[in-house]
Amino acid sequence: MMTTTVYVPRDTTALSLGAEAIVARLERAARQRSLDLRIVRNGSRGLCWLEPLVEVETAAGRVAYGPVEPEDVDALIEAGLFEGRSDHPLALGLTEEIPYLKAQQRLTFSRIGITDPVSLEDYTALRGFEGLKKALARDARKIVDEVKISGLRGRGGAAFPTAIKWQTVHDQPPGQKFIVCNADEGDSGTFADRLIMECDPYLLIEGMAIAGLAVGATQGYVYLRSEYPNAHAIFGEAISRARAAGYLGPSLLGSGKAFELEIRLGAGAYICGEETSLLESLEGKRGLVRAKPPLPAIEGLFGRPTVVNNVLSLAAVPYILDQGGQAYADYGMGKSRGTLPLQLAGNVARGGLVELAFGVTLRELMEDFGGGTQSGRPLKAVQVGGPLGAYLPESQWDSPIDYEGFAAFGGVVGHGGVVMFDDSVDMGDQARFAMEFCSVESCGKCTPCRIGAVRGVEVIDRIRAGERATENLALLADLCDTMVDGSLCAMGGMTPFPVQSVMKHFPDDLTPRHAEGGR
Amino acid sequence: MPHASPQTDGAWTPAQIQDVIDAHKSMPGAMLPTLHAIQDRFGHIPEAAIPIIAESLRQTRADVHGIISFYHHFRTQLPGRSVVQVCRAEACQARGCRPLESHVKAVLGVDYHHTTNDGEITLEPVYCLGNCACGPTIRVNDEIHGRMTAAKFDRLAEQLKATVVEVR
Repeated sequence: MMTTTVYVPRDTTALSLGAEAIVARLERAARQRSLDLRIVRNGSRGLCWLEPLVEVETAAGRVAYGPVEPEDVDALIEAGLFEGRSDHPLALGLTEEIPYLKAQQRLTFSRIGITDPVSLEDYTALRGFEGLKKALARDARKIVDEVKISGLRGRGGAAFPTAIKWQTVHDQPPGQKFIVCNADEGDSGTFADRLIMECDPYLLIEGMAIAGLAVGATQGYVYLRSEYPNAHAIFGEAISRARAAGYLGPSLLGSGKAFELEIRLGAGAYICGEETSLLESLEGKRGLVRAKPPLPAIEGLFGRPTVVNNVLSLAAVPYILDQGGQAYADYGMGKSRGTLPLQLAGNVARGGLVELAFGVTLRELMEDFGGGTQSGRPLKAVQVGGPLGAYLPESQWDSPIDYEGFAAFGGVVGHGGVVMFDDSVDMGDQARFAMEFCSVESCGKCTPCRIGAVRGVEVIDRIRAGERATENLALLADLCDTMVDGSLCAMGGMTPFPVQSVMKHFPDDLTPRHAEGGR
Repeated sequence: MPHASPQTDGAWTPAQIQDVIDAHKSMPGAMLPTLHAIQDRFGHIPEAAIPIIAESLRQTRADVHGIISFYHHFRTQLPGRSVVQVCRAEACQARGCRPLESHVKAVLGVDYHHTTNDGEITLEPVYCLGNCACGPTIRVNDEIHGRMTAAKFDRLAEQLKATVVEVR
């Protein structure tokens, strides 16, 4: 009897929308029909608005259906889902031909959704661990050089050249060194780290092992936020399987070179995404930001030289080692080389992961990929780069996305999160929330951040209540300057960015609320 | 409907706490893994366990208290049988989490950081669950629920109460 293969993703988004119930219904229907059904729990393709995206293997390739709700399953089967027919309104045709996917340049995310995330066979069948094998055959110095050629810059937000960080740790005297992966993906609107860990976890394991070989570190830690229970489960399983197969442990692939990896869970503190706060937390302390210098590359975890890289930076490395740094550098513009995994979120019709070379404009992203707002109302503002990023008005949607270009107008590329808002948004609420969030999440070490955020909420409330609005607006501007200039880290130093952008571009929303007749 | 991580009744003994600590204390930076393990097993980190943790990990009680209170995830009170977290962050705001959170508070009759009178549900805010293209998003214990609406939440809340009755 012929086996029918159906793919139902197991990433958080698919699970949050009923993937388990879909599997149960598919299995029940297959039993009723005496069909030999094989269900693969793949990762997500990153086409979030189509989740749960169910795929069926056919002679022509995988065909997709989505967004499928559990209640749709029986009708889909009646319409020929098991045969891959396209007679149902949810039928999308061949997955690879979906324009949103086809138009992307997926270097880092080349495997997501295609494979069973924890299958080593699937991973190695698509060039998995080829980068590691090449790294094992080279001097540490040559690995760092390859990353240097790629031009890779930190994808967590700071955009610091990855190879320079590695070089610094490499050049420290031999002894215990660490690779720390920052998987505390706290920025609202970002989920690319989660997709790596849930949909292609071996990629991160491989990237970290290569980093270890490059700098002489034998121990890695992944600092994962506790808000990601599903990523924890999948990534943990991947580590166990990788270790059993010799991709982690005392002798990587029998080379005699060691690398071990452990997940450490955060505990719900946004500030622990800041690298020095993260190191404090890993050491078992409150996540208070450290003053720099010393740099973590010289005195990091437990006082030892430490590479702290974002998930996406480390996940870019296997491609660079396998295909060469130049192949990666061939993408991009200016000093922003390679691809950037952008995440379309918020009020967007077609939200999801869009990996493209640097240089695409926000408008192309939001309109061509995103399809405008989900509500169908006009787009009013977009926040790029997380809660510390400015709200950008329409006049700024046509500049190409690269680190220098965005910095030139006070924008932040950050971790690539793009959160869209329609015209029903009250930008005064958003400015207030920026300060409120900082007051909840400040580590409390420096005064401008700890006190400034609380005062910021109060001043904005007074402005909106019509209490001496002009004077209080001047006070708010002054407070923002103080926080930018006087804070120890980006939390307090950048919280004013969204506030200042509202003051500058949406001043009508920062006036007494009753004046508008209560929108 | 199954729900991940059913809460314990919170009962603990000093010997049980010590067992959990001993299983973790040799790790480098053992404090957070230890606190997680205690909370996972007993549903909270009892105040009275703090001296045991401090002694075993060679820190002061003030240090341990400071660490627990710094992190939003750790709690020293036993929560309701289910913990419901509503995402309040920007991507969910753009998709209507503000009216949703008002609805959730009204339905449950509690504000954030509080437990319903029947002791069943503790309500907490959360800042991003990484489901930002399909919000508003809430988390119930270890399950994430996307594209949440007031009507879907009402059904979920009914299920949570029904589950409790079955269990008892």
